[in-house]
Amino acid sequence: MNPPTWNLAIELLVATLIVVGALFTALGSFGLLRLRDFYSRLHSPTKATTLGVGSLLVASAIYFSWLEDGLSLHEVLVALFLFITAPVGAHMMAKAALHLRVRGESGLPPDDLLDGKDDKGNTDPKQG
Amino acid sequence: MMTDPTGSGAILAGALNLAFLLVSAALLMSLLRLVIGPDKPDRILALDTLYVNAVALLVLLGVQLGNNLFFEAALLIALIGFISTVALAKFLTRGDIIE
Repeated sequence: MNPPTWNLAIELLVATLIVVGALFTALGSFGLLRLRDFYSRLHSPTKATTLGVGSLLVASAIYFSWLEDGLSLHEVLVALFLFITAPVGAHMMAKAALHLRVRGESGLPPDDLLDGKDDKGNTDPKQG
Repeated sequence: MMTDPTGSGAILAGALNLAFLLVSAALLMSLLRLVIGPDKPDRILALDTLYVNAVALLVLLGVQLGNNLFFEAALLIALIGFISTVALAKFLTRGDIIE
């Protein structure tokens, strides 16, 4: 049913996606280890690692769709969930770091701004 | 591999071995940041990265063993990891989780 050249093409595609995804995952964690301050470190795991896991999940979806002669959608569910939750988690962590006054390489805004006040000292009701 | 559609599968097996190596290195680097991370948000971020890496490892294992069931476990880890990240960040911000 499946000609051999197609099998080879699918295998090459899946192998490429797996290697690229694993590279992105490793680079994201490398950035987490090597970057200088918390606000820089927030970037690499939440972007590169999520993209890498997305690539791995696409590879796995193609592989299982090929293996079982039907569309495999479990992976899409995991990928969708990760892509929705990663920015939310990053936002919560950034808020926590600002609340704890974690200093970055270039410092932070004045304390008034961190407490949700504008530059005249008025409280901004939208910030909490 | 038992369920191998190509007959040889050597390319996929090599790619999987390389990917296991890279993801394991990523887990180790996240663990190191969890241990040394100077501030509390650093440690939460390292835990967040650890669970995403665990999801990646489970997906790779599912492809290598040709088993579809690993995705349920991956989905569970993703759910619990996100909830714990939000709970920890919320606790640091507010001093309370459910107000």
